[in-house]
Amino acid sequence: MDARTLLEKLFPNGSEVAFDGLYFAGTGESSNGKVAVIGSIDAAPIGVELAFRMAGEVLRIVREYPARPDLPARPILLLVDTQGQRLSRRDELLGINGYMAHLAKCLQLARNKGHKIVGLVYSEAVSGGFLASSLLADRCYALPESQVRVMNLPAMSRITKIPLERLEELSKSSPVFAPGVGNYLKMGAVNALWEGDLSQRLAEALDVPPEGDSRRQWGEERDGRRLARGVAERVRHAAG
Amino acid sequence: MTSYYEASARERLADLLDPGSFHEFLPATERVVSPHLVQLETPAAFDDGVIVGRGTLDGRPVLAAAQEGGFMGGAVGEVHGAKLVGLLERARDEKPAAVLLLVESGGVRLHEANAGLIGVSEIMRAVLALRSAGVPVLVLDGGQFGCFGGMGIVARLCDAIVMSEEGRLGLSGPEVIETTCGVEEFDSRDRALVWRTVGGKHRYLLGEADALVADNIAAFRKAAISLLDTKPDLSIEALTTEHEKLGARLEKFGSCHDALDIWSALGIEAPEGLPLLEADSFVAKVAGRRA
Repeated sequence: MDARTLLEKLFPNGSEVAFDGLYFAGTGESSNGKVAVIGSIDAAPIGVELAFRMAGEVLRIVREYPARPDLPARPILLLVDTQGQRLSRRDELLGINGYMAHLAKCLQLARNKGHKIVGLVYSEAVSGGFLASSLLADRCYALPESQVRVMNLPAMSRITKIPLERLEELSKSSPVFAPGVGNYLKMGAVNALWEGDLSQRLAEALDVPPEGDSRRQWGEERDGRRLARGVAERVRHAAG
Repeated sequence: MTSYYEASARERLADLLDPGSFHEFLPATERVVSPHLVQLETPAAFDDGVIVGRGTLDGRPVLAAAQEGGFMGGAVGEVHGAKLVGLLERARDEKPAAVLLLVESGGVRLHEANAGLIGVSEIMRAVLALRSAGVPVLVLDGGQFGCFGGMGIVARLCDAIVMSEEGRLGLSGPEVIETTCGVEEFDSRDRALVWRTVGGKHRYLLGEADALVADNIAAFRKAAISLLDTKPDLSIEALTTEHEKLGARLEKFGSCHDALDIWSALGIEAPEGLPLLEADSFVAKVAGRRA
């Protein structure tokens, strides 16, 4: 689904969103009130400029729409379509990881100030681009047709030296390495797939009370990540 | 003087912390291995490439983790990531003076790519939650594999980074960029180019690293002690300042093609000589010139 169609479905009561190159931002009217929207289109590679721009928008939202006695802090909806981090020497030279971390810190500030953060993967989410966007939300959701991955299996096979056939065979039973939004759902990174009335799904997501990072628990409940929760718990409570 | 670069993760922890103070959680005797590696008939490790525990630094209680580059380049898998998350959450309960992350990682472990990526995301959230709770997280980066991929983002989420010249910090490693974009974009065998693009000196000059030290564990220890009283600050003022700084970097250096251009623009005379300087003389020479 393209971003404009998506915005119409998410905000049938209207939205004001400005597109500029691969980036867009604005405001939508949900049944729970105004929602700030930040996103990208065309499987944008996330480089230093885009990460910087998104961070600036988060800071602006925190500054201009804080919690008030009669109104909660304005929620933020991330609609990021990304093929991953931009691969270039220049981005590395300028410290792209620092720009992405800055964006993550700005979103944490927003969270600490009571802004809800919802992520919706509507097309593509890959590797570092995913880490620096939808995965930073309180909860990340996805459309069923969206594509989520670290790397495709042929490339993975070349690097790990594991035969492609073996990877393909194993990926039928294991969600742990192969591309696919279903795998991320099973492992708890994607909370749910959004189907039907998207404006309704958004309203429901905005009603979820603040919580900690529960992704390990969901991964365990869905039998996709059997160890993460237990291992973290053991380290947290180990004697000594 | 023990080289930090050459030492194993265990040796680094033993020499960095107060002698004999380190106590490991979930040690190798517990045999918590990655089932995913086993399934792919790939050798597994009883600590999954990361050691976590507690100790003291200059007499003060700390929690610490060290990634072992010798095992799969310190890459993050499900167990590896969960150990780090558990340690960071423990710190939220215990409120030690600081958490030390001795990073050495190529990022996500491809054999369990989805679990690794999600694990890194959980580490990111745990670091941010911990800092929000007032506990500083300090990063030490001087190992053979550097700190790349999602761990490169994690490092920059923390309060301070100590690097040696040999340490490297970035997102996509030079080999990844070369493989994907061609050798014209990034020649990963050009060591001088790699060091001056992602190495400790450039990161220090850019303001990405907070301290640059010589390649020995004692120097890392001294720097870590000096940073123990860092107060985490995720206020809007602090992040606005960081935003302005990152914006100025794009404006001033956005069109630079090489680290040497940036170093010149910083007003450093004879920048081509910087890679040859020892850590102390380097720090003295660039004093007041960092971005």
